[in-house]
Amino acid sequence: MMISGAEIVIRCLQEEKVDCVFGYPGGSVLHIYDALFKQDQVKHILVRHEQAAVHAADAYSRSSQRVGVALVTSGPGVTNTVTGIATAYMDSIPMVVLTGQVPSFYIGQDAFQECDTVGITRPCVKHNFLVKDVKDLAVTIKKAFHIASTGRPGPVVVDIPKDITAQMCEFDYPKTIQMRSYNPVVKGHLGQIKKAVQILQEAKRPVIYTGGGVILSDAAEQLTKLAHKLNFPVTNTLMGLGGYPATDKQFIGMLGMHGTFEANNAMHYADVILAIGARFDDRVIGNPEHFGEEKRRVIHIDIDPSSISKRVKVDVPIVGNVPDVIEEIVKLMDGGFKTDPEVANWWKQIDEWRGRDSLRYKQSEHIMPQFVMEKLYEVTGGNAFITSDVGQHQMFAAQYYKFDKPRRWINSGGLGTMGVGLPYGMGVLMANPDAQVACVTGEGSIQMCIQELSTCKQYGFPIKIINLNNGMLGMVRQWQEMFYSKRYSQSYVTSLPDFVKLAEAYGHVGMKIEKPEDVEPALRKAFTEHKDDLVFMDFIIDPGANVFPMVAAGKGLTEMILAEDI
Amino acid sequence: MRHIISILIENESGALSRVAGLFSARGYNIESLTVAPTEDPSLSRMTILTSGSDEVLEQITKQLNKLVDVVKVVDLSEAAHVERELMLIKVRATGKDREEMKRMADIFRGRIIDVTESTYVIELTGASSKLDSFIAALDAGLILETVRTGVCGIGRGDRILKV
Ligand SMILES: Cc1ncc(C[n+]2csc(CCOP(=O)(O)OP(=O)(O)O)c2C)c(N)n1
Ligand SMILES: [Mg+2]
Repeated sequence: MMISGAEIVIRCLQEEKVDCVFGYPGGSVLHIYDALFKQDQVKHILVRHEQAAVHAADAYSRSSQRVGVALVTSGPGVTNTVTGIATAYMDSIPMVVLTGQVPSFYIGQDAFQECDTVGITRPCVKHNFLVKDVKDLAVTIKKAFHIASTGRPGPVVVDIPKDITAQMCEFDYPKTIQMRSYNPVVKGHLGQIKKAVQILQEAKRPVIYTGGGVILSDAAEQLTKLAHKLNFPVTNTLMGLGGYPATDKQFIGMLGMHGTFEANNAMHYADVILAIGARFDDRVIGNPEHFGEEKRRVIHIDIDPSSISKRVKVDVPIVGNVPDVIEEIVKLMDGGFKTDPEVANWWKQIDEWRGRDSLRYKQSEHIMPQFVMEKLYEVTGGNAFITSDVGQHQMFAAQYYKFDKPRRWINSGGLGTMGVGLPYGMGVLMANPDAQVACVTGEGSIQMCIQELSTCKQYGFPIKIINLNNGMLGMVRQWQEMFYSKRYSQSYVTSLPDFVKLAEAYGHVGMKIEKPEDVEPALRKAFTEHKDDLVFMDFIIDPGANVFPMVAAGKGLTEMILAEDI
Repeated sequence: MRHIISILIENESGALSRVAGLFSARGYNIESLTVAPTEDPSLSRMTILTSGSDEVLEQITKQLNKLVDVVKVVDLSEAAHVERELMLIKVRATGKDREEMKRMADIFRGRIIDVTESTYVIELTGASSKLDSFIAALDAGLILETVRTGVCGIGRGDRILKV
């Protein structure tokens, strides 16, 4: 039977078991929206800005093992998605973005709402396609899902001219796809894995350092098994939180610019680093020369060969799917593995570093943001999905909310995109309808996608917005305080809206919390009495609170500034 | 270090810009780039002349391999290979220079492929260094125009780049 290109798009989504798309209509996707209207298998969430559609699709992926989908119109619809696509790309999030395009016979003529979608998105996608023939439509969409979700995942854009969505064609959805140019490695090299096990056995001061790759490849269980067998300390990157249970005694906290004293020291002084699904980025290892001063051996497991030996020389590269490689290591260890007795002394050293209690903070008469995070953790029983924006509040959430499970910490690590928090909450709820979701944000970030309060009303997303309101672009202010002699250039936010009234104007519940003793009761009220409501909780916090420990830009990982130094 | 990277890539529209974009986005050098379809019209072969340390070259090949349209990548200069470049050079050829130009072309085994009363177009093929020497050997004032294809190369003997 012949069906239209628009119907083919929807049938493809159904074949991929996509249960919802986030989108915004416009001229070039009208046929697709019409096809969407005539079925009810694929739900559509109408956002208020295309950027939010992509963020939501991104969080749908992050919080589940499925591929998020966004649908937008040509021209401005596409340009509005670029921040969202780049955000997903930097964190390797599988996602398919369907974009309308002007009719193919108009392309290149500066037609109304034309833009070079493939050109604009090329540097921030894993791959993109312009469909030129309706006969290629189904196979292109199949390829898009395949590419997005295999190997090192990433966003894929499929640009579809309007005339193609009107043309008629047989629908035939390929079951599998073969591409001679795209065959990601899955199995790790056994010889390398054997070498790795040997080195792990010789390690006297080992550390397991893991990143977002563990989350993306669903390897948390395998990692925990391996770490327990080895009895080595484990540190996570910002993107890796939840990949290893934060309440486990072998967990030494997040590392990097705002990592714990023990994690950064362990990383620096380790004689063997087992890096898994992490990429030694600049926010993690600090100054690379300083990091290079210590002699150590590095084992690196990653699906992406280009992540290996990119910034830090690796002794044993293992390219492969993380859970499979870990299983192989565990299997080899079962043949008689002995952790070096020296590791006991290493643990003593680590415990001494832990004794510094680098996340300790002083209470003040104001609400301390760290305190709000601790209470949020208590009140939600550590079970919530926490989305966050970008700034100090993000770091406080990462440091003080103890993630025991993967895919619960949803934030923009690579691109550091302010504004993601609220749409991320929407995406999480579409993938996990019964979840408790809190969006930890700041008064700066929340205003970057504030329009989504309207979407949340329409679909009844009961997100709890934890606005750590310091009246400042806090993270900017912190740098200015520390490195620019307190010249607070443009980091002070005046004329803030009354967030309670704003929430109410959108039909939500608003709360303003100003005293430390009100923090916990307010949170309890929000999560019980207002369980099914979106609650905008405006916490007026100590405007001077800073994030510690801190490794200043250009400094070495062990050259941390601690709260106690100030 | 100078390196010649050979790439087999799907002959899709936009494939070239993916490669060029990668080089500019990551700050890699392109000294020359040539591309044309192979005997199999669905595949193009690209030759890029670049330079960089071993670490940079390792990243270049890894990043190229990551491009979804790229089928194969080799660093030709890692082993025995031959390389050639073609140049067309238009020179002033009047008076006594006319004979001199003809002589120079012969010495360098160039061919004169276009003749007017006052100009020659000389075609010259060879290693890039030979083309450089030819240019250096001519009186700069007599060179009207040059165009070079950039390097293309192929492995010697059994080194074969094919799908
Ligand atoms: C889109 C975007 N613009 C600018 C920045 C730079 N930036 C990083 S943190 C920050 C301040 C965030 O302020 P707020 O949301 O109030 O969070 P706080 O640091 O105060 O907790 C800024 C401007 C960014 N990360 N993203
Ligand atoms: Mg703020």
